[in-house]
Amino acid sequence: MSTIVLPSANGQSTGATGKFSEPVRRPVEPVGRYFLAHAARSIRGHTWSEYEQLEAAKNAKLVDESEDNGLDLDDEQPEDLLTHDPREWKTADLYATLGLSKYRHKATTEDIRVAYRDAVLKHHPDKKAEKGGIDQDGFFKIVQKAYETLMDPIQRRRFDSVDKNADVEPPVIKSEYDFFEAWGPVFASESRFSKKQPVPQLGDKETAKADVEAFYNFWYKFDSWRTFEFLDEEAPDDSSNRDHKRYIERKNKAARDKKKTDDNKRLLKLVDRAIGEDPRIKMFKQLEKEAKAKRKWDREADSRKAAEEAKAKAEAEAKAKAEAEAKAKADKDGKKKSKEAAKNAKKKNKRAIRGSAKDAGYFGDEGKAAAIDAEIDLLLGSFDDVTLADVAGAITSDAKAALTKAAQELISAGKLPAASIKYFV
Amino acid sequence: MSTVIGINFGNSASSIAVATADGKADIIANQDGERSIPTALAYAGEDEYYGGQALAQLLRNPTNTIIGFRDYLGVPFEKIDPTSAGNGAKPFNLDGKVGYKIKRSEDKEEILTIDEVVSRHLTQLKLSAEDFIGSSIDGVVIGIPTNFNEEQQKALVAASEKAGMKVLQLIKEPSAALLAYTTNVNELAKDKLYVVADFGGLRSDAAVIAVRSGIMTILETAHDYELGGAKIDSALAEYFAKEFEKKFKSNPRNNHKSITKLQAATITTKKTLSNVTTATISIDSLNDGYDFHSTINRMRFDLAARSVASQMTTFVENIVKKAGYDTLDIDEILLVGGTSFVPKIAANLEAVFPESVKIISPATPKAIDPVDLIARGAALQASMIESFDEAEVKEALQPVIVNTPHLTKALGILDAEGKFVQILRSEAATPVRRSIKVAAPKGDALISIYEAERDIKETTVEQAPKEEKEEDDEESDWSDDEDDEPEIIREKIFVPKAKIADLVVKDVSEGATIEITIDINKNNELQVFAREDKPDATVTKVKI
Repeated sequence: MSTIVLPSANGQSTGATGKFSEPVRRPVEPVGRYFLAHAARSIRGHTWSEYEQLEAAKNAKLVDESEDNGLDLDDEQPEDLLTHDPREWKTADLYATLGLSKYRHKATTEDIRVAYRDAVLKHHPDKKAEKGGIDQDGFFKIVQKAYETLMDPIQRRRFDSVDKNADVEPPVIKSEYDFFEAWGPVFASESRFSKKQPVPQLGDKETAKADVEAFYNFWYKFDSWRTFEFLDEEAPDDSSNRDHKRYIERKNKAARDKKKTDDNKRLLKLVDRAIGEDPRIKMFKQLEKEAKAKRKWDREADSRKAAEEAKAKAEAEAKAKAEAEAKAKADKDGKKKSKEAAKNAKKKNKRAIRGSAKDAGYFGDEGKAAAIDAEIDLLLGSFDDVTLADVAGAITSDAKAALTKAAQELISAGKLPAASIKYFV
Repeated sequence: MSTVIGINFGNSASSIAVATADGKADIIANQDGERSIPTALAYAGEDEYYGGQALAQLLRNPTNTIIGFRDYLGVPFEKIDPTSAGNGAKPFNLDGKVGYKIKRSEDKEEILTIDEVVSRHLTQLKLSAEDFIGSSIDGVVIGIPTNFNEEQQKALVAASEKAGMKVLQLIKEPSAALLAYTTNVNELAKDKLYVVADFGGLRSDAAVIAVRSGIMTILETAHDYELGGAKIDSALAEYFAKEFEKKFKSNPRNNHKSITKLQAATITTKKTLSNVTTATISIDSLNDGYDFHSTINRMRFDLAARSVASQMTTFVENIVKKAGYDTLDIDEILLVGGTSFVPKIAANLEAVFPESVKIISPATPKAIDPVDLIARGAALQASMIESFDEAEVKEALQPVIVNTPHLTKALGILDAEGKFVQILRSEAATPVRRSIKVAAPKGDALISIYEAERDIKETTVEQAPKEEKEEDDEESDWSDDEDDEPEIIREKIFVPKAKIADLVVKDVSEGATIEITIDINKNNELQVFAREDKPDATVTKVKI
């Protein structure tokens, strides 16, 4: 386009020098929206600028009818934007141009349309001329460009990608700040580039550990749609110099790729820094350390308990063994003693029985003393331990009756032949 | 919002389309899944068949099958071309109009007027569309040939109203096709000169259309009632008939059934051949009980269709000549109609027209199916005017609106080297406004507005430049042969004829661009504005 160069004036003056050929009348095809626009203009006899204004007003009315969403538009554009060179519209803040600086990437297409209509009514060159201002339409051109760009979803993404005014800068390193207040908006602003929505947000001190981990995981694997076509150097749009055009395209592609890589690096660095400063991460680390120590203690408690139990068991076993031994010994001793005692008692009883007859004076039958003693010896030999003790007890009162009773019992029991006992019958 | 559709009502096939929410249009298939619905009605007993089902009746029930009837509508019987009725029911003179005698049963004969036939066909299309959309159709835009006269248009509107569809507008077929194509590739706003060539089944139409600022003007039209896909079909059928005769010593041309069978199979084979390079044809018991089975490749097909294809090329060439243009003036040729699928046609056109001319055939990437174009364009138009009142549309179609002045010559400026730069192309409809931006020298810049005429410059090149040969490695073998003959390079140039105005833009800063606007208003007054492309620049203007 810019390859067309005008000649220099050389004394000529502005003015008409001839007529153009008389046009011929022909029927146009009554199809398509351009015809309908033409028909609308012709029917109502509008000029081009009247028609543009009417269309804008009509669109505005449509929007008005559809909704009034209470859009908070900027009252005025900054002076440097109003005087921005329309040729350099790409460097202008397109959202601010439409008064949407408070909304930016969050503005809906409807918002943009409403804002555009507002801007058109405010900045249309005809409107300005009406107010007696100088005939300038530079800003209006930017308004139109802004509308065109922001209404096209692809173009809008490209602009949003490089919209520096929507970026939130991370806090200055080594300055004093509240981690959550400073970093929350940073991540909120970065999250607009995510292909995956919704994006987990920073949260606060109370956020659960799993959420915090998911948050950082997400940001380390961040999938961004950010593109940098908007900053491309414009390739000349003519076919005359194809090589040059391709060269520019190649250069643009390389620049875009580099910007994309840089952006990814920047984000990784940002997340690295955030994770380094996150008080929750520090807290989690501390907690984990403690938990680890506790776990170790817990793990060791088992073996400790086992050792104690083993010791106690060994002790108990030793004790039981000693007791058993002692008991066995005691039992053995007791048996011996009682055996001896019984033996002694037996001896004593025998002696007593033997002596009883003699003590009783052989019951008056001293002549038969030898026979009585022999019979007593016979009885004593036949007595078992119990009978012996019984008899020994009984002889103290009446020796003869006791001995007779015992002898009769023995005979009836068949332990002694009846003939052998003659006296104690 | 009312439901509106677009209809392409052709002699051999019709199609229906509906506009979609994204500003494009979709073709509606009928109950049998046909996107291109054969224009045919058949009656068997109490039943009515339409589309492909009716066409199938042509074999056994030809006298009750009506085909090729579109061009009979609104035309007195003496003027019709009875051949387009083909093998189907023969039209007869019904009080000066076209009528058909249909046997509904042994002793019952139904007399159908052409209006009734068209109305029944449109009813069937309407039913298909309603089936697809799920609501009743309120309005329709129908495509008509450029040479449909008042009577025919009136008859069509009446037939459509009888079918229960209000006609919102009748639009010309080439404009509809061009609207659909340019909307699809988003090029309507570009100034171009098109040839829309519509190769149908029975006839061929062409139009030279200038598109200026999105407004189309038909500059020239041409019609050929003899030329069409049916010609290619018969050429191919003849080829097969010969082959059959040679093989079996039996002539299939004498028997009505054999001819119909052969034609039906030939059409299928032709369609296949348009997509792949070899195709088979196979007909059971074609004639005298002989089965016919054969294969044909693209080359044989091209040979068989050669004369018809070259007639079509000549047809397109002639309309360009008739319109007073050179082949170099044409920007694009849009092929419409089912016959455009034959690859030889696009190939021929590519050979005849210079390289700068883009041929939009089915093989072109992003091209719409040429059969769908008209219906889609009609549907787009329908959706556009749907929101207007009937009165508004009527007013817009008044001759006072439609007949607009058109520039006869291109308007532009002279650049520093004295070369003419177009701002407004010839045939631009007025009122019009157009701006361009140009670079300007420092100091005072001169803008001379000129009217120019297009001329064709012929330069004879004795020898091709050597560098070029090295560049195209692939074609070097070919260009070697051509180098022997002197080559004539034809170029389109503009010769500035009459100076209209001078504008001097004073005190231009270094490296500035100047915006030049030409504005022609409804009173035929031409105004030129020039201003530096920066805020608060002063405007220099001239009024003529």
